[in-house]
Amino acid sequence: MMRWGRARTILIWAALAVVIGVPIAFAAGSEQLAWRGPVYILAGFAGIVALGLVLLQPLLIGGYLPGFAAYRGRRAHHWIGGALVAMIVIHVAGLWITSPPDMIDALTYQSPTPFSPFGVTAMWAIFAVALIAVLRRRLGLRPRTWRFIHMPLAVVIVVGSVVHCLLIEGTMETITKAALCALVLAATVKAMIDLQVWRRRRTLRGESVARQ
Amino acid sequence: MTLVVLKPLLNRRNLLVAGGTVLAAGASGLLLPARADGLAPTESMSGGANNYRKGAAVVDRIGKGGFWMSGTVRRAGDGTPLAGQRIQIWAHTVEGQEHEPQSHGATLTDKDGKFRLEMPQIIPIFGQPHGHLAYDSGEFKTVFLRPVMRSPKETSLEAHFVLQPA
Repeated sequence: MMRWGRARTILIWAALAVVIGVPIAFAAGSEQLAWRGPVYILAGFAGIVALGLVLLQPLLIGGYLPGFAAYRGRRAHHWIGGALVAMIVIHVAGLWITSPPDMIDALTYQSPTPFSPFGVTAMWAIFAVALIAVLRRRLGLRPRTWRFIHMPLAVVIVVGSVVHCLLIEGTMETITKAALCALVLAATVKAMIDLQVWRRRRTLRGESVARQ
Repeated sequence: MTLVVLKPLLNRRNLLVAGGTVLAAGASGLLLPARADGLAPTESMSGGANNYRKGAAVVDRIGKGGFWMSGTVRRAGDGTPLAGQRIQIWAHTVEGQEHEPQSHGATLTDKDGKFRLEMPQIIPIFGQPHGHLAYDSGEFKTVFLRPVMRSPKETSLEAHFVLQPA
């Protein structure tokens, strides 16, 4: 007989696979793909996967995912952060190849599309967090300082990504897209409340809130 | 206020033109005030010139058709319809991407300054279903428009030009 702990683990991972996998599956079935070139398709899906990774980040750092509590959760959070940067680079490069003038407009905040500035701002916030994270030790940043930098940028990333995604008329299906965006927001709010990110604390070790 | 300013110009025809301008402006979401010197010229839209190919041929139809792009061309100030003006049209459609030659075509306005060109169905590109139009013939100042469809399911789109001398 399966123990509850094991069942819970399977349920959590299955739920996560569904909430990220279903929106991707619906986008993969979009009729719009028929009119797009492979580079444009790749760029679009890199964006969708990036949104899925943005959901993983608060879940990992909050220690909500079985097997990824505390230290392992934080390590995975770093790696997923790196993957997020890679997805954004593919997204932007692919769109640039597809239509250079449209991408230049977006990057220079000249685009007529209302979602572009949100995406571009989130992109810069992701790059900034990744860069500072890599240099964190070299810069000698104290945990409190790091948190003071990372938290506002995390809010910019989450809000920017969600608004960017919701305003786009693309391959994503409306309801599965809205559900994924709502979960990204909910996971971020929950992790920030549980970790009490606004409070001054002396230590950050063993801060994971999951009890396993 | 507007009526007082317009009074010296007021006759039946001007009133109709001014009324039409307000209606057209309201419909397109842009509030262009009727000014003392009459109809204001259309400004190029942000991103309007993207993937433009100069000198698209005048055609009866772009590709296999199924979607209608229409509009008007008028002169700034008095709003006179401009006949025989060449309007170039392009978009990402079911038959090609925005930059590809087969996605481009041009048409001429009739004696009432109206144009209408059949083209393949426009589909969303870069997150919005939109078309591109250009007036770029030299006599008047170049204008690039980028109208957006309310829904990707729509099968027509309009854009209106008010041109000023170059």
